[in-house]
Amino acid sequence: MAPRRDRCYTREHSSLFEGIYMSVDTATVRRVARLARIKVTDDEAERMTNELNSILGFVEQLNEVDVAGVEPMTSVVSVKMRRRQDVVTDGEDAAAVVANAPVSEDNFFLVPKVVE
Amino acid sequence: MTDLTSLTLAEARDALKAKTFTAVELTDAYLAAMEAARGLNAYVVETPEIARDMAKASDARLAAGQAGPLEGLPLGIKDLYATKGVHTQACSHILDRFKPVYESTVSANLWADGAVMLGKLNMDEFAMGSSNETSHYGPVVNPWRRKGSDVKLVPGGSSGGSAAAVAGRLCLGATATDTGGSIRQPAAFTGTVGIKPTYGRCSRWGLVAFASSLDQAGPIARDVRDAAILLKSMASVDPRDTTSVDLPVPDYEAAVGKSVKGLRIGIPKEYRLDGMPAEIDALWRRGIDILREAGAEIVDISLPHTKYALPAYYIVAPAEASSNLARYDGVRYGLRVPGSDIIDMYENTRAAGFGAEVKRRILIGTYVLSAGYYDAYYLRAQKVRTLIKRDFELAYAAGVDAILTPATPSAAFGIGEKADADPVEMYLNDVFTVTVNMAGLPGIAVPAGLSAEGLPLGLQLIGRPFDEETLFTLGAAIEKAAGTFSPAKWW
Amino acid sequence: MNMAVRTPDPKKMIKGATGDWEVIIGLEVHAQVTSNAKLFSGASATFGAEPNMHVSLVDAAMPGMLPVINEECVAQAIRTGLGLKAAINLYSVFDRKNYFYPDLPQGYQISQYKQPIVGEGKVLLDMPEGIVEIGIERLHLEQDAGKSIHDQHPTMSFVDLNRSGVALMEIVSRPDLRSSEEVKAYLAKLRTILRYLGTCDGNMEEGSMRADINVSVRKPGEPLGTRCEIKNVNSMRFAAQAVEYEARRQIGIIEDGGEIEQETRLYDPGKGETRSMRSKEEAHDYRYFPDPDLLPLELDPSWVDSLKAGLPELPDEKKARFIGDYGVTPYDAMVLTLERASADYYEQVAKGRDGKAVANFMINELFGRLNKDGKGIEASPVSPDQLGAIVDLIGDGTISGKIAKDLFEIVYTEGGDPKALVEARGLRQVTDTGAIEKAVDEVIAANPDKAEQARAKPTLSGWFVGQVMKATGGKANPQAVNDLVKQKLGIE
Ligand SMILES: [Mg+2]
Ligand SMILES: [Zn+2]
Repeated sequence: MAPRRDRCYTREHSSLFEGIYMSVDTATVRRVARLARIKVTDDEAERMTNELNSILGFVEQLNEVDVAGVEPMTSVVSVKMRRRQDVVTDGEDAAAVVANAPVSEDNFFLVPKVVE
Repeated sequence: MTDLTSLTLAEARDALKAKTFTAVELTDAYLAAMEAARGLNAYVVETPEIARDMAKASDARLAAGQAGPLEGLPLGIKDLYATKGVHTQACSHILDRFKPVYESTVSANLWADGAVMLGKLNMDEFAMGSSNETSHYGPVVNPWRRKGSDVKLVPGGSSGGSAAAVAGRLCLGATATDTGGSIRQPAAFTGTVGIKPTYGRCSRWGLVAFASSLDQAGPIARDVRDAAILLKSMASVDPRDTTSVDLPVPDYEAAVGKSVKGLRIGIPKEYRLDGMPAEIDALWRRGIDILREAGAEIVDISLPHTKYALPAYYIVAPAEASSNLARYDGVRYGLRVPGSDIIDMYENTRAAGFGAEVKRRILIGTYVLSAGYYDAYYLRAQKVRTLIKRDFELAYAAGVDAILTPATPSAAFGIGEKADADPVEMYLNDVFTVTVNMAGLPGIAVPAGLSAEGLPLGLQLIGRPFDEETLFTLGAAIEKAAGTFSPAKWW
Repeated sequence: MNMAVRTPDPKKMIKGATGDWEVIIGLEVHAQVTSNAKLFSGASATFGAEPNMHVSLVDAAMPGMLPVINEECVAQAIRTGLGLKAAINLYSVFDRKNYFYPDLPQGYQISQYKQPIVGEGKVLLDMPEGIVEIGIERLHLEQDAGKSIHDQHPTMSFVDLNRSGVALMEIVSRPDLRSSEEVKAYLAKLRTILRYLGTCDGNMEEGSMRADINVSVRKPGEPLGTRCEIKNVNSMRFAAQAVEYEARRQIGIIEDGGEIEQETRLYDPGKGETRSMRSKEEAHDYRYFPDPDLLPLELDPSWVDSLKAGLPELPDEKKARFIGDYGVTPYDAMVLTLERASADYYEQVAKGRDGKAVANFMINELFGRLNKDGKGIEASPVSPDQLGAIVDLIGDGTISGKIAKDLFEIVYTEGGDPKALVEARGLRQVTDTGAIEKAVDEVIAANPDKAEQARAKPTLSGWFVGQVMKATGGKANPQAVNDLVKQKLGIE
């Protein structure tokens, strides 16, 4: 999905803020819902469009912040990532893996046939 | 015998050791209270058999002199925590019938210390909410009511079941989680004490993830001491969670009752919001007075990026959630709604399995991460987050030991009262708490008074990273002056 | 871009109706990291278990499960990066690549997108026209997906997560390749390097190495054409076939006035053609972002140094050394160093011997025989000591080259000490001129007219040499026979 120029405009009075303001239409909401694999009815798409625009309107104020030269946060705690040793310590219990499966057979998960 | 459920966790602990009553008796008292309080809808599952078995085992250990720090103490567990063989659904339809084959690290720590599980507590679906109205199992009713009114109020969220159960004496203490205020806001709405420890203090292993960089486990308890006792058991370094921090867990209870003399308390001017109710302002001032009289030094500070915390949160949290919740696809566990093909199955399952608030956040999160928008939203929000954290670092570097703010912008409101409101209005409930998650800091909510309508109001203390002890010390000082608060039983 | 580095080579071009076409190829190779456990879980990474046995709750994406990185997988990626002469990034980040697929339990693949662990490197190919350098753009670590089986049931697919979470290195080349031959050579060389390093077993049949091949065509000197990606090719032969087919398909379309559509295709080895993957209509939007469950991967430079110090000698260096130390030809050196085990074998034999003779015997006899049996050098029934002994027996004239072949076959099939076998079976070369002279006299006496012809036409004397060798059971020293035949016939 590329930025839709027709629905975004840069804030003209300040070159300091590279942020863009956006709102969504129902077609965009449908596309996003498709990406998120959530089926939406026409009514839902309509309602969600309004709600999403309300939220997007709210977060627009972030464009006021000068973030030039600021590093994005990667972790709130300053620690080094711990690592595991290369030892097999897990698995070997297929029954536990499929225990909660809606449909399974011979310890496989079953899904509607996938065609490539 | 007095009602066993009126004791605090510390009192019950001491009484069990003194053999005043047994763990089974204590557990039975709670199971009876839970049964009588089903109208509050605080528990989604009661586990009486497990509770009695655990209590029996505790009695045996107590008799043998092998009692753990929480031996025989009945607790409620938020439905977000994986509990082996027991309903674990984050109060979502999409996890229907899910019973994990594993136990979360935090709950396992509690059981290892001898605690007794009473059941699973209601919550907002996937911890997304500030009123406990998004649960698949229906809203939780706050044990508190406005003076002279029987309007049902929300307990706050997302740990609404935890807060209501503690306030209504349906457990001695409860586990909770806090991603944007989900421990502190419901604690404030129910007159209980809730602490969100520093990010990394408790393991997230076995906690159904909402927003990984913000989620943190913590307790809701009847008073500050109880919260300290519970956090001591919950916290640990966990090799299975690489974001958990390898630091020894202090004896938090020892911090309760210590003098606050000489501690510097920052009062951030940015927390004085336009249109803030006068009684919230008054409560804040009362807290300042209490700490000053107890010998703390009060200083004005500035946290200039405060107002951007909530909007940044509503980018970062939904973004992470949209990815964390992708695993609920009807393949390996939980709900599956058939479809014409695999994609149709996914779409039907997720449409039926997720509630409206969860869908809203997944869509926002998906949108802000999608091609062309990532930099404008997600990356910018993470940069703002760096600035928010820096605000706090500068304040602490200038010698401030903790920061005092209101916990919520209002008292509890009525169930359904905000149903038709803009989603953003509901989000504003977390305006004081969310900065703390964005910066990964510890924050405690302590009740400090009642509103004109007779509802509890809370103050928040924000600490340095891994300095929960100072929060317990300060929280106890406020509690000492303001007292503790219990609702009149009406249910 | 180093597109300009390679000048268009007419020999590598494909003839179309409108003239020559240059084929531009870049490869993304997924190489399975050799490790005991998976990249982020403690489940076994071993191939071929019962369904869902090598699966931890992390791999199955149970709620609340968290990844913990396997240090050895990181070390393997670093070793590989060093082997590709690449820059090691001391700071790298794991991202989530989000998409829905039943064999992707988390709904995202943990991969490295913006900041991979390994940066630019190179691979050198031995092509007939000389060394060709292929640029490596990057190497990153990522999780493998599970496996769906579609032929077990009329309406359902079966999902097995045993491979889910196994560590992969994705090695991305620059679009520097120009022919199917180079693709084969590149895959072979990459495989050799990985196997030397011990970071990937290179077993393409088991899927330890799979290639995504990006192919485009253009007229020499023109800008890059639209490329198609052929997914998941799991043999070098198929890779070459797929490139040939795809290049011709694209040329055909363009020459017919059509346009190439950027798409993902599959190679069907049965039909020998590539076909479009239907799932294409779905626009991909992977929504990459840093995995919040994992902190950035920060490497200690001294650890990288120690991994570097522990690297084995790599094929290019070994090859150069073999040429220098043992005097073998570049081609023989290349063949000997294809596998680390062969090179080690060679060195064991060649130490203190004539390197060229050893190389010849190994390549012609040993490799040929092993090939016939489909065996690797590790499974050679002839040990380096035995092979060395045979070469020594040739060198000191105890046996002839021809007898050496027979002796080799005996040692190969029956075993035994070559020297003892020569004595026991009477294979010793006859150098006693008296005996040879006798045989020569007998053959000439028995074939007077042939002797007459040979005197007139000396090249026919070879027939006598053959007869004498036959008469002596091949044990006569061929040089001595040759000399005596000529002498007795009065040639020269
Ligand atoms: Mg790729
Ligand atoms: Zn890949």
